[in-house]
Amino acid sequence: MFTVLDMAQPDKLEEAFEILAKRKNNTILGGCAFLKMSKKRIGTGIDLSRLNLDYIREDNGFIAIGAMATLRDLETNALSRDAFGGILSQSVRNIIGVQFRNGVTVGASVYSRYGFSDLLTALLVLDTEVELYNGGRMPLQDFLQKPYEKDILVQLRIEKSQRSAAFSSFRKSASDFAVLNVAVSSLDHQWTIAVGARPGRAVIAETASRALSQGHLSAEELEAAAKIAADELSFGTNTRGTAGYRKALCQVLVKRGIMEVLQCKSN
Amino acid sequence: MQIELIVNDKSVTWDIEKDEFLADTLRAHGFLSVKKACDTSCCGLCTVWMDGKPVLSCSILSMRAHGKKITTIEGVAQAAEEFAHILTAEGAEQCGFCSPGFIMNVLAMKNELDNPTEDEIIHYLTGNLCRCTGYMGQLRAVKTYLGVA
Ligand SMILES: Cc1cc2nc3c(=O)[nH]c(=O)nc-3n(C[C@H](O)[C@H](O)[C@H](O)COP(=O)(O)OP(=O)(O)OC[C@H]3O[C@@H](n4cnc5c(N)ncnc54)[C@H](O)[C@@H]3O)c2cc1C
Ligand code: FES
Ligand code: FES
Repeated sequence: MFTVLDMAQPDKLEEAFEILAKRKNNTILGGCAFLKMSKKRIGTGIDLSRLNLDYIREDNGFIAIGAMATLRDLETNALSRDAFGGILSQSVRNIIGVQFRNGVTVGASVYSRYGFSDLLTALLVLDTEVELYNGGRMPLQDFLQKPYEKDILVQLRIEKSQRSAAFSSFRKSASDFAVLNVAVSSLDHQWTIAVGARPGRAVIAETASRALSQGHLSAEELEAAAKIAADELSFGTNTRGTAGYRKALCQVLVKRGIMEVLQCKSN
Repeated sequence: MQIELIVNDKSVTWDIEKDEFLADTLRAHGFLSVKKACDTSCCGLCTVWMDGKPVLSCSILSMRAHGKKITTIEGVAQAAEEFAHILTAEGAEQCGFCSPGFIMNVLAMKNELDNPTEDEIIHYLTGNLCRCTGYMGQLRAVKTYLGVA
């Protein structure tokens, strides 16, 4: 269990960042479910609850999701639930249970860049920007490649569009970590395939996405794109599955994802 | 530090440690229905409502309950008793340790979902583990309680 020596509930982001930057062990508190499992000795815990960052709203053609919105908000809010074939909602709905999702936050889930993250996989196939207090706005893909720096994730911004998308995750049992998860999307014949819980962090299968975007979507091409994705990505072994098992799963889930998106488009 | 909150419709002011979690605070003040059975936010035994929403009190910092309405099973005793009778009749209770958290989540679901399907019920209750009974008896009891097929 972590310990917190002091607690701050700033009213301004500026103040929150100042406290964060002041000492190495000063720490932002999200829903605390993950922090709680650590033995961290936190100097000042910085609670963002007073900053009104628990929103999901439309903002100039974007869906803006505040860092303190919970995963359950993301699952049930009409704006996030209905966009992009519902993949935001679907990507979080199997994480532990309703009570858990009522507590854990979107900001922490993205900032922490967990390898097992279901949400990151879904966000990667959408036009997602991350807004950091100090680091500014950047595409999610760039954020995922950055080294960890002390900063505050303020919000996510997802461009609204007619993008069709599908998400699937393979779990051994409900509420366990995924063995693998896959998201696929398409807009104006440009396809994006992302694979997460490899068990490494979610990535885009660039070559497979390009091949699919340049083809005619014949049955053979779908099959080929799924195989390219499985071949171009690396997979690892952990208690939930071997690298070989994940690779085989990847091919199947990618193919299903593409077919699901095609079906959404024809409806 | 001090927090002011409403617990089961009663205003209280409590002294807490900064890194104290709500389940411990509630138990320290006599709300012993609130149980803890894991360190990983996975079992659902500690479920209470915060402003009407079911949350894991083992993972919510007590300071975040400041200004909020907290409901434990003691605060919904009548509805809880009604459901507990059905649960017992279906043979869906053995040691009973999981029951307070489970019942709080069933009642929350009743407030949140209209006529849920079996899949919706199972999904809503996934975060409540029971190591004794298996889940079929619980499912029967919930369906009877909600009056759904
Ligand atoms: C038992 C368990 C099982 C899980 N299973 C899954 C799963 O199957 N799939 C899945 O996708 N996820 C899973 N998760 C992760 C979960 O969904 C959350 O992502 C995780 O708990 C972090 O959210 P939190 O709000 O609890 O963050 P916290 O524990 O509060 O914080 C986590 C980290 O993020 C930092 N942080 C918090 N907010 C910000 C911010 N706004 N800006 C910068 N830094 C910030 C904190 O300082 C800390 O370092 C699981 C978590 C647990 C505990
Ligand atoms: S004690 Fe297990 S989830 Fe709270
Ligand atoms: S009845 Fe014993 S854990 Fe559920």
